[in-house]
Amino acid sequence: MKSFWARFLGNPRVLAGIAWLLVVAVVAVFAPLLAPVDPFEIVDKPFLVPSGDHLFGTDSLGRSIWAGLAHGARTTLIIAIVATLSAVAFGAVVGALAGYHGGLVDDALMRITEFFQTIPSFIFAIVLVAILAPSATSLVVAIAVVSWPPIARVVRGEVLSVKSREFVQAAVIAGQGDTAILLRQVIPNTLSPLIVTGSLLVATAILTESALSFLGLGAPNLMSWGFMVGAGRSFLRDAWWLVTIPGVAILLTVLAINLVGEGLNDALNPRLADV
Amino acid sequence: MAGGRFLRYIVWRLLQAVPVILGVTVLCFLMLQLAPGDLATVLAGEAGGASPGFIEELRARYGLDKPLLVQLALYIKNVAVLDLGFSFRHNATVASLLAERLFPTLLLMGSTLLLSVGLGVLSGLFAAIWVRTWRDHVISLVAIVAYATPLFWVGLMLILVFSIRLDWLPTSGMEDVVAFYEGWDRAVDIARHLVLPAITLSLFYLALYARLMRATMLEQRGLDYVTTARAKGLTERQITFRHVFRNALLPVVTMAGVQVGGLLGGSVVVESVFAWPGLGQLAFEALFSRDYNLLLGIFFMSACLVVLVNIVVDIVYVLLDPRIKVGT
Repeated sequence: MKSFWARFLGNPRVLAGIAWLLVVAVVAVFAPLLAPVDPFEIVDKPFLVPSGDHLFGTDSLGRSIWAGLAHGARTTLIIAIVATLSAVAFGAVVGALAGYHGGLVDDALMRITEFFQTIPSFIFAIVLVAILAPSATSLVVAIAVVSWPPIARVVRGEVLSVKSREFVQAAVIAGQGDTAILLRQVIPNTLSPLIVTGSLLVATAILTESALSFLGLGAPNLMSWGFMVGAGRSFLRDAWWLVTIPGVAILLTVLAINLVGEGLNDALNPRLADV
Repeated sequence: MAGGRFLRYIVWRLLQAVPVILGVTVLCFLMLQLAPGDLATVLAGEAGGASPGFIEELRARYGLDKPLLVQLALYIKNVAVLDLGFSFRHNATVASLLAERLFPTLLLMGSTLLLSVGLGVLSGLFAAIWVRTWRDHVISLVAIVAYATPLFWVGLMLILVFSIRLDWLPTSGMEDVVAFYEGWDRAVDIARHLVLPAITLSLFYLALYARLMRATMLEQRGLDYVTTARAKGLTERQITFRHVFRNALLPVVTMAGVQVGGLLGGSVVVESVFAWPGLGQLAFEALFSRDYNLLLGIFFMSACLVVLVNIVVDIVYVLLDPRIKVGT
């Protein structure tokens, strides 16, 4: 059987995904160099079509769409990644505690997880951001609060299957404490499904962040792709590029993450990949 | 299945919903506490300002000076009789506003459900039949792209193409209010307005169900009962449609039930894009007027709707699948 990397990188979909993500990452990191203007600054006449002067044209106020895209990539990626990391950390702790302790703790934690899975997540996120007042922090909090349940379930399942293995029993006999066993023995062995679920969550987080920004709940003073689509929607009839370009950026980025995430899953579970 | 046992199952499922609804209520109350300002300051603000003494008086009248737990008990008592508070922006009770906007949202969600489950199941079925041919690849590619597309953007693109450029369908609203259509004409008019929002909201779920259907079909095809059917001399077509298809349908039904909450969230976005006068549009308006009572009312109602749909799906499931036993 081929190695993990051969399976992972031998998949053309994964390569296409990685290529696009690299482009986005470079643009996001070097945004101040690649687009050295404030994305809220007026650079030229409004509604200029994409051309040599302004790569993607200008918007209704004469702001550069290229600058918006580059700086928006930063906002969108940072919020999505931080929110996902928080959700993964929280969900992993909940799932690990539930799976490791079992019994009442497990019952209680899983009821809470199910509760959070039942309530409509996007509406919950809207209410949270509205009440906390729109800011980068409240976006992160809202997205994390609605995305941790699947992580908790995945980790719990893995912990349940790992905890009865010999190496965990050996650690118990060796006198390690619960925390040490969880962190050093159990969690590292649940990593692969955690990485797959987490990577796919980034894509969902980007979609949620853009939808919230589109509705006007984005972080004020920070340019983001969803905000650009929302700001351009009133000018759809006369300036199609205001809405189309940032939307394509969201679409391609989410698609790329899904491709890489699924490739990761296939490479980690080669027996299931053929279904 | 014994009728009495089935009835007991329904009652038991309904009882299970009680703690969830209670949890949602407590969550609403907590978020209301987090929201800036309380009822008294809102009232005072609506009245154009008030003296601190008057605000205190208002607080006493609405029980806001009581301990938090007493306030929570009051809140739960109110919600239990569907008193979700008052929206000062709309000058109407939240409950009446919700009732008014429920139908358009249910219409949009119902059409979306039919469209996404119907087309999703079909495309998944054909992708599985044509597995590893170019037709399967095309279906899978379209599904994976649709799966990654932001709803609000699809909506705007459809408006751009079908309403602005081609002028085939209306851009927004649920009906042409100045045309005063009646009867059949009105139904046709609403249907024309429904096409783009329903397609927009369906796309993501269509992709989801298509992928699920394809995967389950392929998984089921390798199971023993298929070998048995083949050994019995059934044709591949009979095996696919009579056996595999039926079994592959169950996970899609489950998934469709689970996705109702997502559908409600998506309808907020879609309704704001198409100015569809439902709950989502109401939520969008509530956001801008900082009408927290109304916003939480919508949240509460959506959560109840999700719980209700889950119960209905469970019951339908028991009826569909004779293997599931209840109340043993």
